[in-house]
Amino acid sequence: MYTEKVMDHFTNPRNVGEIENASGVGTVGNAKCGDIMRIYLDIDNTGIIKDVKFKTFGCGAAVATSSMATELVKGKSVQDALQITNKAVMEALDGLPPVKVHCSLLAEEAIHAALWDYAEKNDIKIEGLEKPKSDIHEGEEEVEY
Amino acid sequence: MEKKIYLDNAATTKTRPEVVEAMLPYFSELYGNPSSVYEFATQNKKAVDEARTKVAQVIGADTSEIYFTAGGTEADNWALKAVADAYSDKGNHIITSKFEHHAVLHTCEYLEKHGIEVTYVDVDEYGIIKLDQLEKAIRPTTILISVMFANNEIGTIQPIKEIGEIAKKHNILFHTDAVQAYGQIPMDVNDMNIDMLSASAHKLNGPKGIGFLYIKKGVKIRSYIHGGGQERQRRAGTENVPGIVGFGKAAEIAFETMAERAEQETKLRNLLIKRVLEEIPFVRVNGDKIRRLPNNVNFSFQFIEGESLLIMLDMNNICASSGSACTSGSLDPSHVLLSIGLPHEIAHGSLRLTVGYESTEEEIDYTVDKIKEIVIKLRNMSPLYEDFMRKR
Repeated sequence: MYTEKVMDHFTNPRNVGEIENASGVGTVGNAKCGDIMRIYLDIDNTGIIKDVKFKTFGCGAAVATSSMATELVKGKSVQDALQITNKAVMEALDGLPPVKVHCSLLAEEAIHAALWDYAEKNDIKIEGLEKPKSDIHEGEEEVEY
Repeated sequence: MEKKIYLDNAATTKTRPEVVEAMLPYFSELYGNPSSVYEFATQNKKAVDEARTKVAQVIGADTSEIYFTAGGTEADNWALKAVADAYSDKGNHIITSKFEHHAVLHTCEYLEKHGIEVTYVDVDEYGIIKLDQLEKAIRPTTILISVMFANNEIGTIQPIKEIGEIAKKHNILFHTDAVQAYGQIPMDVNDMNIDMLSASAHKLNGPKGIGFLYIKKGVKIRSYIHGGGQERQRRAGTENVPGIVGFGKAAEIAFETMAERAEQETKLRNLLIKRVLEEIPFVRVNGDKIRRLPNNVNFSFQFIEGESLLIMLDMNNICASSGSACTSGSLDPSHVLLSIGLPHEIAHGSLRLTVGYESTEEEIDYTVDKIKEIVIKLRNMSPLYEDFMRKR
């Protein structure tokens, strides 16, 4: 069901944990739908993401996309991190099953939420960053039988 | 552990070697069509009749009341759709429960699109149907009550005899999906006033693709698979002879060994529950403690999600199942767990383990050790657990 890379990032997730006094923290998803992602960013005064950690409640794909997303943003500038899309996360994992694509959207949203928190804390505006949705499942439709 | 540990016997079971052995001649040597006239084929007819007697005795039915189908799902579909059709003069209302198998629920949803009204009765927090609500739901137009014998996810055994009495009192047909319970616990269709009962061979160490619908004499429903005159003209299609023979053998063994298996499986099940509850914090057992199938346990581990747990168990060669949304392909967790009032996040963290006749104490101990490790690992990466520990 999952690619080797997904299994690798699920079983040995990178950057699990918390950052005390993080520059930005973003939490997205909800327990009702079965996945919550939280990303912590440590951003230095030149706008480089020095460190990143995550915590995720969710399925294998949710954990793997969080792990990959943290790998992709680490060392990047805020602007570059903002360019990382769910597609990039999926490609880096060699793909996800169609029912799990929403997990990669959650990872993208979690990064945006953490960047938004950083911008608010520092009273700055990050160009191109919109206020993230807290619930990525809004508007999704249930499968009909 | 190198060996696979199979704790998903509610999903399907291993076909017993004796059952496979009984089936084999009907593929290669005795391949005749039971409907044919010549001597060679009459042996097959005899084998089908013998199997019918064996599966009938498990529920105290007459041999002539057993109609073989391709499985439990077909039997459920047949019972509901055929009653709706045959009793349309009498009414158009069916009563069922909220936590039926999808074979019943989705058939009801289909029937609702075709003029049938359905009442879905609640179950209580232990997973037992609310009898007073069921009786109050009865209308003059009610033609059928369909309630499962035992639930497939949480294993709770329903008050079938009481439901049978209610149905009889109001002169309404009573169908039960006994797919999980058949051959596992005692049942008697006459004593329990059951008019129709669905069962499937592969849940009791028989082959897949064969089941039956018991239809009490006098219940006037027709086939919904049309063709030849097989199964007393009620279910067309050349008989699945190897499957039927296998079902007969599996039912015979299940019936003979029922008491000892129940004792052995209950012992293992209780060991599993005891160790998990003692050794892992923030866990609950879903369903009823006593009124449940001997082989079933269903846990909810707080702060973690079921699919992650399943994959990690799989990496340790342990086969189990979960009611989390991720395993159902939708965003909602199992309707069964929601029906007993569990919040979504608790339902997402569920784990069903169902032991079988070959399960051992060693396997249970190994499984609990692994569950412990995995739960710790997953909680350490859970934001829900982080929030919970901060608040303490």
